[in-house]
Amino acid sequence: MLSRSAGLRTGLLLLPPMLWLGVAYLAALAALFVTSVWGQNDFTGDIERVWTWDNYRQLWDIPVYRTIAFRTVGIAALVTVVDALLAFPIALYMAKMASPRTRRLLVIAVLMPLWASYLVKAYAWRGMFSGGGLIDWLGSPFGLHSPGYGLVATTVTLAYLWLPYMILPVYAGLERVPDSLFEASGDLGAGALTTIRRVVLPMAFPAVVAGSIFTFSLTLGDYIAVTIVGGAGQLIGTVVYANVGSANNLPFAAAFATVPVVVMLVYLAAVRRTGALESL
Amino acid sequence: MSAVTARGLSKTFGDVRAVDDLDLEIADGEFFSMLGPSGSGKTTVLRLVAGFERPTSGRVLLGDDDVTDLPPYRRDVNTVFQDYAIFPHMDVQTNVEYGLRVKKVDRQERRRRAEEALSAVRLEGYGKRRPTQLSGGQRQRVALARALVNRPKVLLLDEPLGALDLKLRREMQLELKQIQRDVGITFVFVTHDQEEALSMSDRVAVFRDGRVEQVATPVELYERPASSFVAGFVGTSNRIGGEAAPRLLGSPGEYAVRPEQLRVVPAGSPVEPGELALPGKVREVVYLGPLTHAVVELDAGPRLTVSRPNTRTASERPLEASDRPVAVVLHRDSLIALSGPTEMTEETA
Repeated sequence: MLSRSAGLRTGLLLLPPMLWLGVAYLAALAALFVTSVWGQNDFTGDIERVWTWDNYRQLWDIPVYRTIAFRTVGIAALVTVVDALLAFPIALYMAKMASPRTRRLLVIAVLMPLWASYLVKAYAWRGMFSGGGLIDWLGSPFGLHSPGYGLVATTVTLAYLWLPYMILPVYAGLERVPDSLFEASGDLGAGALTTIRRVVLPMAFPAVVAGSIFTFSLTLGDYIAVTIVGGAGQLIGTVVYANVGSANNLPFAAAFATVPVVVMLVYLAAVRRTGALESL
Repeated sequence: MSAVTARGLSKTFGDVRAVDDLDLEIADGEFFSMLGPSGSGKTTVLRLVAGFERPTSGRVLLGDDDVTDLPPYRRDVNTVFQDYAIFPHMDVQTNVEYGLRVKKVDRQERRRRAEEALSAVRLEGYGKRRPTQLSGGQRQRVALARALVNRPKVLLLDEPLGALDLKLRREMQLELKQIQRDVGITFVFVTHDQEEALSMSDRVAVFRDGRVEQVATPVELYERPASSFVAGFVGTSNRIGGEAAPRLLGSPGEYAVRPEQLRVVPAGSPVEPGELALPGKVREVVYLGPLTHAVVELDAGPRLTVSRPNTRTASERPLEASDRPVAVVLHRDSLIALSGPTEMTEETA
């Protein structure tokens, strides 16, 4: 009796968040998918509620969309790699070398950019990449120029924006590794680099994969940064945005928006085997 | 030649002097234990020898080589860690081969020596197991094999049996001793368990507050403890001192006497020459299987623990707590005269 009322209470407590998850999240996703298999009247632009795979067929048949899809996945992968390379040494230092005080300061430093508006940060990078901007100015003594707005700027900006989402899981993952494992490696004759290669990296790998889920999926869905610093370069997000807005082709936008979802599902299925999902 | 020498070794952490001006020599091929309560500095000494900590002052020598400034990977010692520190992402074989692999020993030699080491710790055929598939005792053996495979000059063991249950501990104690005899490597063994130290070691150093109180063989340590602290920490001992000493023993001073050197007799029983009979009453009787402990409150004040083996003849006269007057009999020669501070507690488990 007692346990039944306890179960009821748990159920009541969970009901609102579950409703939120079910309606706002999953139902929206379902609506997205349903919309993507509807048609559109070419003349009036009205949505026609008939089942058709036309939108997906277009995505595949028209080369520019295929290019944009592959480019988006490529940029997402690149951003992930850049973030992993930047995050690993920082996280290792934070987790295993810094004094508790320095560690706290670094955690704050890593989190602080998240307090600032996304737009402000993207526009800051726009300023830096502009002609005569900071990057031009810093590079000019060496004969280097800003790459200008485009995919390089997009990659740099996104890598900057998502870096905390990589550092934090890797930091948490490394902190869980007992110091004695590092000591044992040194004790058995391995120098610092060998220890990193043979012990630290393999043990940090699931955490890096966990972080990559964030950096990868956030990049796949982004359209603001690429609008601000991407120049003429288009990603899935910008195409979706254009089709929701100016082109007014909601079913096609929905179909293109389904691509990142599918890519992520494939990615998650692939990384499940590394044990990364347990270290989230 | 000494395998390990510490000269004036000190290590401070903030305000805490973990190791305080320590001098120590550990002989080649010796099973040497460092015994002490937690916080006495024994593990810090081990870590200083391994190279995980740098001393605040003093030198560490391995054989004739001063290794004070060398990192762990340049020292010819290996460590068995308290938590074993088995690499979880490698199977047993890869774990054991690790030291050889980083020293670029070729594959066949590696395999051969790893198998040899695994069989030395009785884990043949376990090479492909993952660490998670092993029991605590097996992990402990893997850690041992992983260290021994490198044939270090000195093997350091940091409370390696602490996580095992009692029965397994006893087995591993015998086995460790056996392995040490077989391989002939110097073992430096850190423990807080005095029974473990006594049963395995050639010599034992008793630590207290970052200093060594006594270095001696187990027999010496037990029968001639150099200080009150050692008498209290190694084995159980009864303390007679202060005002009670002159009244009971006829001479002032601080004395310890082991429970097994005492016996309880009915009041007025005759005693042998050299023996003293101290009148009192049995207050408590604790049956321990092979032994019975009786706590006797002497009329003069102190309480003494008397230990009696439960032989057939002894069991015919069971001990029981009562107000009947008894006497505790002890021989003068079994009294251990103590020096040094006496604030230590009466008994240590």
